[in-house]
Amino acid sequence: AMDTDLSSQDRKDLDKFIKFFALKTVQVIVQARLGEKICTRSSSSPTGSDWFNLAIKDIPEVTHEAKKALAGQLPAVGRSMCVEISLKTSEGDSMELEIWCLEMNEKCDKEIKVSYTVYNRLSLLLKSLLAITRVTPAYRLSRKQGHEYVILYRIYFGEVQLSGLGEGFQTVRVGTVGTPVGTITLSCAYRINLAFMSTRQFERTPPIMGIIIDHFVDRPYPSSSPMHPCNYRAGEDNGAVYPSVEDSQEVCTTSFSTSPPSQCVFTVTKAHFQTPPPVVTDTLKVPVMGLAFSHQLSSSRLSYQPAALGVGSADMGYPLLFAGGLNAAHPHQLIGPGKDGGVPPIPSQPAHGAQADQERLCTPLDGVHYSAATPSSSEDTETVSNSSEGKCGSPHDLLETIFIRKVGAFVNKPINQVTMANLDIPFAMFAPKNVELEDNDPMVNPPDSPETESPLQGSLHSEGSSGSSTGNTHDDFVMIDFKPAFSKDDILPMDLGTFYREFQNPPQLSSLSIDIGAQSMAEDLDSLPEKLAVHEKNVKEFDAFVETLQ
Amino acid sequence: PAMNCRAEVLEVSVEGRQVEEAMLALLHTVLLHRSTGKFHYKKEGTYSIGTVGTQDVDCDFIDFAYVRVSSEELDRALRKAVGEFKDALRSSGSDGMGQISLEFYQKKKSRWPFSDECIPWEVWTVKVNVVNLANEQERQICREKVGEKLCEKIINIVEVMNRHEYLPKMPTQSEVDNVFDTSLKDVQPYLYKISYQITDSLGTSVTTTMRRLIKDTLAL
Repeated sequence: AMDTDLSSQDRKDLDKFIKFFALKTVQVIVQARLGEKICTRSSSSPTGSDWFNLAIKDIPEVTHEAKKALAGQLPAVGRSMCVEISLKTSEGDSMELEIWCLEMNEKCDKEIKVSYTVYNRLSLLLKSLLAITRVTPAYRLSRKQGHEYVILYRIYFGEVQLSGLGEGFQTVRVGTVGTPVGTITLSCAYRINLAFMSTRQFERTPPIMGIIIDHFVDRPYPSSSPMHPCNYRAGEDNGAVYPSVEDSQEVCTTSFSTSPPSQCVFTVTKAHFQTPPPVVTDTLKVPVMGLAFSHQLSSSRLSYQPAALGVGSADMGYPLLFAGGLNAAHPHQLIGPGKDGGVPPIPSQPAHGAQADQERLCTPLDGVHYSAATPSSSEDTETVSNSSEGKCGSPHDLLETIFIRKVGAFVNKPINQVTMANLDIPFAMFAPKNVELEDNDPMVNPPDSPETESPLQGSLHSEGSSGSSTGNTHDDFVMIDFKPAFSKDDILPMDLGTFYREFQNPPQLSSLSIDIGAQSMAEDLDSLPEKLAVHEKNVKEFDAFVETLQ
Repeated sequence: PAMNCRAEVLEVSVEGRQVEEAMLALLHTVLLHRSTGKFHYKKEGTYSIGTVGTQDVDCDFIDFAYVRVSSEELDRALRKAVGEFKDALRSSGSDGMGQISLEFYQKKKSRWPFSDECIPWEVWTVKVNVVNLANEQERQICREKVGEKLCEKIINIVEVMNRHEYLPKMPTQSEVDNVFDTSLKDVQPYLYKISYQITDSLGTSVTTTMRRLIKDTLAL
């Protein structure tokens, strides 16, 4: 569309606003997932470098990654900037938690004042982003990261990819700002079906039994960037130096006018000023020299060197069970076609080449070199060159995976109801047996999806839709019979449908069932006199014991 | 309420010890969106705007965290108001129902002998229902549930803010005190006042209006 109404100065300003808005958006999101509380100071005099009149620190590496992803472009229709937040466990399994999308649609507001109203509304939108980043589930997860898992971020530009979030993901709209060239929208799609079960009772059993992940690594986009940890650690020797922002930093000195709008004075000056070296400031408690952490991550496959972090090996033995939401709709999450005997290996070196590296921490960033440090832990380590196997374990391991359905520790169901089944590979029954039939295979070419249309599509591309930001289309449908897509019930004793039903109706915790409580209370009371007698008999022993403690 | 005044209502059920944190979380979130940096007027009617810092606050009695403006003065003012509300709730002998309102207004100067008018343009009301819990297990569940509820409320607040509905026009230097509270040294919220009502067990409301805590209104 011809923007004859927009002066060239306004256009320049608008582009600049959008660019810095995108950079600040990324900073806010990543900083909100660092796992630490953020604190910045208010300043009554404008410092000239605080875009949108908000004190948001710039972590140089994050800015660098964002600029790399944008590659000089701006969000436009069909070209969105996405920040993907995911979680990676100590065993190397990972899961997408959120996708934050900065998008542009075609609805233009020609009347709006760029240097004034748009700027202020972008500032308001950043404030909303600050608030919303604390209320999605990933926030609490990120505050607890460090021992069992870390939180990673990845920035990409282009088409939004939500399939890694599992079924039934929710969306929240942060806000929109109309501009003469389109409407900027900022939203977040987040996974809801994750169930972390602490499996302390399994500590003594061999680890990695039947971890169900509904997400495999393969990324469909060759241009997507590697993952980075949100959680930086200081004090390591850092091999990478990122150009500090000052080389291209633009100072934003804004003056607003209260006179008639035509006299709006807006000055943006470009200044080369020295930003101090990226060190910890007194307000932002996050060390910025963080690249070394990703070095560790890549070289030891596990995110932590147990000695360094003081985590005992026992603590790292938690298999995490991600329940529900087996998302079989995404062809790329499937295992490749079977080669012989119908046992498809999980591609450890996918044919997709560069895509394999997408989710890793171990992909060397441009111009960054680091040595594969010798990790302190033993057999579970790998070197950088072998990184791609880290994700799923070698195919060999998977052939021996035993599928065990875990029952919660405090469930009042006898343990023998746990079913066991021997599976070569998780989801083996979904794998196409024959390469030629791929076209007919619903896994590769999924049929039209069932009733749950992605709420994100609806809310982002239809103007008048308010209230769908947290809405859930599930509420509009009455479930008559549950036939989950792509489930087959003739192979496993437990199929997806059963699992889903049982998951929706978990057994009652034994401590919450009143009968048992009352019953055992009665029993306890009855047995009290007996117990007291025994204790009285042994009173001398007890006294002696107490003496030793004094 | 005057014409064109937006009214938003939020309702929460909390345990007694959660009242303060829940109120602060919601009111601070509103004020985050309704505060700017300090204005500095220059010649020819132009002005520049200071910088607003923010900080994370963790709640002790709720599984929840929120962001507030980095301004000790503003935080103190809110804590004072919320503290009084909590005390009133507790001592009223009611069954723990009340509401606290955050009202944004503009001042309209009138000629003597008429006093200035306060015209509200947005009112946020938080209705509180205090529940009593029997045991630790219930309290633990309440921590989580209230945390989830507050997340929903934050999303609601942000939705309203995103509508970009009426906001007072940016004032000239002579008018700035009719629109903004300029008494704080580091940030500049829109003029606001906080009041609350306790509902006693008969359902009638006992109104206690609190004067704005900032001295401005007392300036003669």
